[in-house]
Amino acid sequence: MKLTDIVARCEQLFEDLQLNAVKEWKAAQPGRKAIGYMPIYVPREIIHAAGMLPVGIFGGGDQLEVIQGDAYYQSYICRIPRSTLELGLTGRLDVLDGMLFPSICDVIRNLSGMWQIMFKDKYVKYFDLPQNYVDAIGGEFYVHEMQQLREDLGRLAGKEITDEQLRASIAVYNENRKAVRELYAYRAEQPWQAPTSELYLVLRAGCVLPPEEHTQLVRAYLAAARAETRPRRDNARVVITGSFCEQPPLSLIKSIEMSGCYVVDDDFQLIQSWLLDEVPLAGDPLEELSKAFLHRSTSTSSKYDEMKEDKGKFLLRQIRERGAEGVIFAAASFCDPALLERPMLQGILAQHKIPYTAFKYSENTGQMAPIREQAGTFADSIKLWSAA
Amino acid sequence: MSTPIQIVPGTGTAKKPPPAQKEDSMLLQKDLINGNYHELATAREMNRKVSATFVPGNLNELLMCFDFARSLPETNALQNGMRKKSGKMIMDAERDGHSEDVCTYVKADLGMMLQGQVGPTGEPLPTPDVLLLSYTGCFTFMKWFELIRQKYDCETVMLHVPYQGDGKISKNMRDYVLKQLKENVIPTLEKVSGVKFDIDRLRQYMKESAKAEEDLVWTLQSAKHKPSPIDGYFGAVYYIGPIFTAFRGTPEATKFYSVLRKEIEQRIREGKGPVTPEGEHPGEKYRLVVEGPPNWTSFREFWKMFYDEGAVVVASTYAKVGGVYDFGFRHDPDHPLESLAEYCLGCYTNLNFPQRIDMICKYLDEYQADGLLINSIKSCNSFSAGQLLILREVEKRTGKPAAFIESDLVDPRYFSAANIKNRLESYFQMIKQKRAASTAAQSAVQPPAMH
Repeated sequence: MKLTDIVARCEQLFEDLQLNAVKEWKAAQPGRKAIGYMPIYVPREIIHAAGMLPVGIFGGGDQLEVIQGDAYYQSYICRIPRSTLELGLTGRLDVLDGMLFPSICDVIRNLSGMWQIMFKDKYVKYFDLPQNYVDAIGGEFYVHEMQQLREDLGRLAGKEITDEQLRASIAVYNENRKAVRELYAYRAEQPWQAPTSELYLVLRAGCVLPPEEHTQLVRAYLAAARAETRPRRDNARVVITGSFCEQPPLSLIKSIEMSGCYVVDDDFQLIQSWLLDEVPLAGDPLEELSKAFLHRSTSTSSKYDEMKEDKGKFLLRQIRERGAEGVIFAAASFCDPALLERPMLQGILAQHKIPYTAFKYSENTGQMAPIREQAGTFADSIKLWSAA
Repeated sequence: MSTPIQIVPGTGTAKKPPPAQKEDSMLLQKDLINGNYHELATAREMNRKVSATFVPGNLNELLMCFDFARSLPETNALQNGMRKKSGKMIMDAERDGHSEDVCTYVKADLGMMLQGQVGPTGEPLPTPDVLLLSYTGCFTFMKWFELIRQKYDCETVMLHVPYQGDGKISKNMRDYVLKQLKENVIPTLEKVSGVKFDIDRLRQYMKESAKAEEDLVWTLQSAKHKPSPIDGYFGAVYYIGPIFTAFRGTPEATKFYSVLRKEIEQRIREGKGPVTPEGEHPGEKYRLVVEGPPNWTSFREFWKMFYDEGAVVVASTYAKVGGVYDFGFRHDPDHPLESLAEYCLGCYTNLNFPQRIDMICKYLDEYQADGLLINSIKSCNSFSAGQLLILREVEKRTGKPAAFIESDLVDPRYFSAANIKNRLESYFQMIKQKRAASTAAQSAVQPPAMH
């Protein structure tokens, strides 16, 4: 498949707020069910093991006019809950049989209860993730939470989810994560070959495609990108952080790239790289998922850092391993987790003399000139410093 | 979120308001709170360790078992708000890199540190030896203590209290909290304080807690009387002060609630309404339920808007932020740790939306209220996100009118007196019209007299 065709397909999936890909998947076999999930992380393996399609819901983007959703929120609340409600109230999420709301912040937490009230015919679950990382404490709690989800989905599917089915799904997602890791590594190595505006679309396709198909798509993109030769520019290599929930518009990502930055790491679709390595297939599947979460998962501002020394460690590692020269803090307006985390991370970067810049956006931000100017100035300053 | 304490008349205004009227219990409460600030200020010279923890899910009895002097950052922020000091603190924190979008309690606290950590009463506040991060019902708490830890490098212990997403407390949730208490929280507090944990000491404190809780519930429920002898929102912030902060489990708190109860019994006997800063209530014209925390920077001005219209708040969800006691929960000395777990899990902002709506509807019914007023707080997503659905649902289920105003906790830039006053006046008009319509409808269907 040609690179342009792959990107075009991903873009079409990304823009389709009617979730036609999900509808087609369901229609292909009567009785199929789809379960939506919000950022940042849910163990999709359990949904997949139930024979269902996990569907990532990341708001309405900049193509959706929010009318009804605005009636439920004050001006000082971020945009993702209002556009998600808009999607629900306009029937665009009717194709989903349930929704999972993971613990990320108070807004998404409260949205779970609103969903219970407003969409009474759907399965709705607030999915709590542990902030205690001891196997016998947080781990045991988390295994129980997953077990509850397993039982709930089993009931919805009309049959129990077996350990073997869970292991098979873990294997599928291990493959998917491996492909995503390869994609990230390739982009960091040759960012001119795999621009982030494309990588992002390839990842977003993973929100609506079955994981097996998405893995193939990622690999096809990698192969097609490798086969092309694209011009290399003298851009600044940056990590984008803080965009893990409400997503920036695609035009914003393009603007950052056009302004002279190569994005070599980001946190746009954390769920796809949340678990840092393979989840073992031997042993109890839920316990293995729990151990991976507790001990081998990414760091983000919705997750507690046990020790002061842990703060910023992950970001520093991203910078080191990806060879980044600076950091762009891009957070959604009114995003408590990202905006409260930001000064701490900035302090750590300052200690390490790593340049950074920061701005806020919303998923429907339309004015890109200020972003381009800011990112461009940032890229120029990095180039000047590194030359000095 | 948090708990208030004393009214300090505003400074710097053109016309100084007359001194606020206070009952004996208010003065007693003021002594308690100021006494705690003094304890904190002298903790170092008294060789005492200092803890900091949040109001919802605070484990005061447990902290007392280790002889900690106890600081509550939300209370510090709101006290600074009431004393008109928070505005500059917030701006200082924003200049230091904190976003204008985030919680102003956090920024007031960080700003206070930047200004040299002088507490609301003018005495210095010591750097805590331990941050007990009871992560109950508010996501921001976690980042708040991470920020403080980053600055002061103090020991931090997390108590993750799972949210009641399904509207109930499961065994898994209870066990999780209990295990953290036993295996993380208590050992850390032992280590920091050098004091060995004594469960009998905890039981003793809990006996006191339960007595005070009994009188607190009686006090809050006294608002079911007509006229209500208390204000269940503005007045209640005094009543919840000791029990939601450093005094739950102390004999002083037990005494405070017993004095308070006697005062209110007396008011009921005399058929009096609440005491307000402006004096005796002019007469109860409207009975309201309020959802959401109050504004602290213009607390008296805000209360006066209700006083001027003859409105009394008979119940509020804010008065449950540090513990929901009016549906039967009491700290249980026979099961002390289990009871602490239950307490944390049951705090108001740890309840899901259907539970919160049920609670408000119940209050509207049981307290015979005319309607619901939501004070939506910019800083507090835990309370505020989704409140417009609460408004719709409550109106739909009860048929009673609801209204919505916006303000902030301690950011004076976000309190627009004229807007709020206008909205309140329109709301009271609406209640009046609804009443008139209902009376007219009733007389239209009234059967003729039989005699």
